[in-house]
Amino acid sequence: MAKIELMSGNDVAVKAAIIAGCTFYGGYPITPSSEIAEGMAKALPPVKGKFIQMEDEIAGIGAAIGASLTGAKSMTATSGPGFSLKQEHIGYAVMGEIPIVIVNVMRGGPSTGMPTYPAQADVMQARWGTHGDHEIIALMPCSVQETFKLTIEAFNLAEQYRVPVILLTDEIIAHMREKVEIKEKNEYKIINRLKPTVDPENYNPFDTKHGMVPPLAPYGEGYRFHITGLTHDHTGFPTSKPDLVEKLQERLRDKILKNRKEFDWYEERMVEDADIVVFAYGATARSAMRAIKDARRENIKAGLYRPITMWPFAYDNIRKIAKTAKQILVVEMNLGQGLGEVERGVAGTKCKVKFLGKANGELITPTEILSKIREVSNV
Amino acid sequence: MYNENVFNYLRTNKLPHIWCPGCAHGIITAALLRGIDKLKLDKNKISVISGIGCSGRTPGYLDMNTLHTTHGRSLTFATGIKFANPSLTVIDIMGDGDALAIGGNHFIHACRRNIDITAIIFNNNIYGMTGGQYSPTTPVNAYASTAPYGNVEPPFDIVKLAMGAGATFVARGDAFHIALMDKIIEQAISHKGFSVVEIMATCPTQFGRRNKMKEPHQMLDYVAEKAVSIKKWNEMSEEERAGKFPVGIFIDESRREYCEAYEDNVIKKSERGEK
Repeated sequence: MAKIELMSGNDVAVKAAIIAGCTFYGGYPITPSSEIAEGMAKALPPVKGKFIQMEDEIAGIGAAIGASLTGAKSMTATSGPGFSLKQEHIGYAVMGEIPIVIVNVMRGGPSTGMPTYPAQADVMQARWGTHGDHEIIALMPCSVQETFKLTIEAFNLAEQYRVPVILLTDEIIAHMREKVEIKEKNEYKIINRLKPTVDPENYNPFDTKHGMVPPLAPYGEGYRFHITGLTHDHTGFPTSKPDLVEKLQERLRDKILKNRKEFDWYEERMVEDADIVVFAYGATARSAMRAIKDARRENIKAGLYRPITMWPFAYDNIRKIAKTAKQILVVEMNLGQGLGEVERGVAGTKCKVKFLGKANGELITPTEILSKIREVSNV
Repeated sequence: MYNENVFNYLRTNKLPHIWCPGCAHGIITAALLRGIDKLKLDKNKISVISGIGCSGRTPGYLDMNTLHTTHGRSLTFATGIKFANPSLTVIDIMGDGDALAIGGNHFIHACRRNIDITAIIFNNNIYGMTGGQYSPTTPVNAYASTAPYGNVEPPFDIVKLAMGAGATFVARGDAFHIALMDKIIEQAISHKGFSVVEIMATCPTQFGRRNKMKEPHQMLDYVAEKAVSIKKWNEMSEEERAGKFPVGIFIDESRREYCEAYEDNVIKKSERGEK
């Protein structure tokens, strides 16, 4: 039977992680994400899971990746500066194709910035924080209920595609308490990584004979294999042969991009007839929702497009909107990180892109958004 | 010392290895495999992890569950592997720059936790793979590519560092005294808790050539002459100790191991609903 609870985004992420089958957490305390570590420290032991507070953020994700290789669903959580430290090992998980979930509760930056204030300052860090060409999956909830849902989906995607998945929340969603409905565990779809069906002698950890995502054997069950952060061939051993490296790079990209439609999640409100569509995500989308309703009362045809899957970016969805709307107003708690992506999406259409951004630690209010809608609509 | 059985633990199709002539890394790897063979460990149940550098290539040659990780951070992955699956024997191979410069923080915390991992540091006193830059164990006045006028930084004493940080097994050997190295490595793997083994290695290519020891045997002679047993070391005066280092087992004590402590003090308590 479903239970209704009053919970914060951080608390619900813990609940969802356990339901998703998470049995390992490695992390380091940092505001405003620490409640996730505290919650996991309490919630994991009763399910025979392991929690470890490591010496820094790099170590936290390193331990989580190591645990994942033994077959455990693993997680780490952090905020802004800690997310910077984790980037080295996010790249390792991309290259080694090791499933892991990273929650980043965004706060203001650069550097220590504003630890206890909201921001959406890590949109681009999530995309390009680790070095080298790579695709990444990042999901952005706008409510506590959605944090619950997307935490489970983050584990599912990580397992399904053998990738690190980033859950990108913000201080508002993380600390706000809301009503949330939690059903029985068996009512949720849980995906587990593919295990090899071949004999250990014939197992290769990056064998793509049966698809773009190779099965991953856990350490200790007889499949002795090698993983390296170096470019490698299907056996897992290093190679720098241009044709093999190219094949690897393309597959790491394609396994995400070619499956993009499977997790192309977004929300549209009153977009069909809209002259102006607000592009907003996370907590900011909550203000935007109110603003477009108020605008409609003033006979301004406003709508909302809210990306849930932030990365890979849905340029085609933006392009579709740009064909009917006159303007897209990008609203975000940063100085224009999503803006550039929207501009790429509308390129070649007559649709104009306008911007309302803020990085001063204050959330963007419905009134501010409504004023901007009026201003750009020449009302 | 030759032991045919070590081939059972090698990925022979990955040989020859990439190490230079005169490098000690192969000598230490053979000692590690003799230890594993003597202990009759199941290679399906051994995980060998490494960081970046010449030592980092070791796991690739070993027919086990192997992981070549990031520079200095191998102990973080090893900690996750061991903690998530304590039934595995976990061995972490690091270089001196790897373990003590970029990985120094991870190293001292792994010692403190006393998690059941065997950390073997291949100490050749130099960054070999990147071209002979000075490391945290390069002796004062030695030459390196980034110390063209001689090194002015005092080196770490790995044994003292590990003991101070709380490792429960700490030993030092060298690539010349094979019997001692074999004994140390075997005991370190058997030890329940965090074991640190420092092996004084040789790098004629990057260290030797810059320090008047370009012939491989000169570097082996160099470590052989400097190594003195702990017993002898304790009887030596400060003057006699200059330029030498003690080898042997410095500490082998029993303290609550991390995974066991978590199982008994955390998981079982949570099952009983205690706090």
